[in-house]
Amino acid sequence: MADTILELNDVKTHFPIYKGFILRKKAGTVRAVDGVSLKIRKGEVVGLVGESGCGKSTLARTILQLVPTTAGAVILGGRNLSSLSARELAEARKGLQMVFQDPYASLNPRMTVFDTLAEPLRVHGVCPAAEAPGRVASLMEKVGLAPRFMQKYPHEFSGGQRQRIAIARALALSPAVIIADEPVSALDVSIQAQILNLLAELVREMGLTLVFIAHDLSVVKHISDRVAVMYLGKIVELGDASTVIERPQHPYTRALVSAIPTPNPDIERSRRRIVLPGDPPSPIHPPAGCTFHPRCPYVQERCKLAFPPLVHHDGREVACIRVGEI
Amino acid sequence: MPLLSVKDLRTWFHTRNGTYRAVDGVSFNLEAGETLGIVGESGSGKSVTCYSIMGLVPQPPGRIESGTAVFDGVDLLRCTPKEARQIRGKRIAMIFQDPMTSLNPYLRISDQLIEPLLIHNEISRKQALTRAMEMLDAVGINDASKRIHYFPHEFSGGMRQRVMIAMALITQPELLIADEPTTALDVTVQAQILELIKRLQKEFNMAVIFITHDLGVVSGLCDRVQVMYAGRIVETTDTRTLFHKPRHPYTRALQQSIPSLQPKGARLFTIPGMPPDLSKPISGCAFAPRCSFARPKCMERDPQLSECAVGHMQACIRVQDGEI
Repeated sequence: MADTILELNDVKTHFPIYKGFILRKKAGTVRAVDGVSLKIRKGEVVGLVGESGCGKSTLARTILQLVPTTAGAVILGGRNLSSLSARELAEARKGLQMVFQDPYASLNPRMTVFDTLAEPLRVHGVCPAAEAPGRVASLMEKVGLAPRFMQKYPHEFSGGQRQRIAIARALALSPAVIIADEPVSALDVSIQAQILNLLAELVREMGLTLVFIAHDLSVVKHISDRVAVMYLGKIVELGDASTVIERPQHPYTRALVSAIPTPNPDIERSRRRIVLPGDPPSPIHPPAGCTFHPRCPYVQERCKLAFPPLVHHDGREVACIRVGEI
Repeated sequence: MPLLSVKDLRTWFHTRNGTYRAVDGVSFNLEAGETLGIVGESGSGKSVTCYSIMGLVPQPPGRIESGTAVFDGVDLLRCTPKEARQIRGKRIAMIFQDPMTSLNPYLRISDQLIEPLLIHNEISRKQALTRAMEMLDAVGINDASKRIHYFPHEFSGGMRQRVMIAMALITQPELLIADEPTTALDVTVQAQILELIKRLQKEFNMAVIFITHDLGVVSGLCDRVQVMYAGRIVETTDTRTLFHKPRHPYTRALQQSIPSLQPKGARLFTIPGMPPDLSKPISGCAFAPRCSFARPKCMERDPQLSECAVGHMQACIRVQDGEI
């Protein structure tokens, strides 16, 4: 694809586990991200969903190279980030910014809004110091904050406003891609809607590309063009957001969709819910074959042999060998 | 006679920065076996209401300024500590949001599970352990005879919440208060826990107060819902009516801002502004500054809950005047 801006090529992020203190030995690996390939077009919003521990946050950190890739490549605008030197990487990161989940933890409590927003401008030498206040003011306006609050500290703002500051900080360097890791999970419903509207607006107006990580499928469906469902470090279903969430094909996606409580008592009381047994298995010893097979209601002997590749089916890609039969 | 009857409860927090009226005049009844959902944003007073009933409000800074909470003829807010102990923890039990922090990490769960039994029932340790194993079975923990001797860190989040539920239900309470029990869990695990609470409620014929901010969770579980805003109840009715015919502007706005109910890509409805600062006196309706239906009279008259249909109470004066 010509307009691909971010490409993940069989990305793997493994963390070694050590045992012992003096005789330190490698005792195993956590396969947090285990072979993810994804092409993201310019201006696209891709939702990344899955339960905690499925590797979605590690994948975000890997894209930003906050943790090193064990194998595979992260390619941003034609450059392989995993092979860059530290200096080149710092330069490349201008095009790639992140918004974190908890706006209470991600802002420095000792820095005013101005300090927080001017820091990236200063570090990357984007503009002369004299122009910084003007730039900061326009950033604040962009995210719906009044510039007169520039000299206030984070504790003087509510959760929703803090998340706006965090978004403004991510926008400061006019990045091509923003990765938002659960940006609305810590917020109340009415505030959540404000932040979702803001993100959607920014994507439309500035042509941003957004990777939106969340565990709330209804939020993801609302904002995303495409959605990737992850389970134990692998993508199990990938396709158009409405298609995947309204007509899920992978048994895991089906269970995930059916687990969302809908705010409609009539539907809620009549429908049959697929309740998955147990918890997701440990990524240290993932089950053989399809990693979902111990919890899958449709499991067969052949599912235990090999992890199924993503295949094209009904307008999306699914990693299940029984797709079409179930 | 209702199982629990709360009248005009006011719980205020007296701090250096002023007096926060966290709960400011809450009244409701709960029948035996009923499931009541309390919905509201953070700071709306839903948790403090239940903490007041359970005697868990730290005093000071908190103080229960007025009100009664009568459970089976005993006013929990005025009775002696001895009377309260006969009820709290035995006939009313509570589970909390975060199963990671509400279990003692130093004690095996066997010790934690049987503690309420040893305190409230005349029972030997051995009998208590047998009972604890039955409870673990009932909440869906396999291999209970072995796992009962585990420490909390050996369980996953969903399993710990099951242990919490087993601990709360071991004395067969008549009322279970659940304070956002699934908020910290994944959706698939949340589904398991909600099914479990529903099943156990039928089995033990308990009443449940379910505190949550998630309207979706309420819709499948509760018989009746009350919506709280700024320390007061603004609307209360049966679940179906609340979802199909909400009357109070805050309830309507809350529903409109949920993404799943909107057509995809449409701009989400947002409630402008923020919840009010509860340390400042509020004149008139607390929601009026954010309400799209507000009129000058909303700032002047203090709204009171009144019945707008049978069993449907709401506190908007414009609805009461028949204007919206």
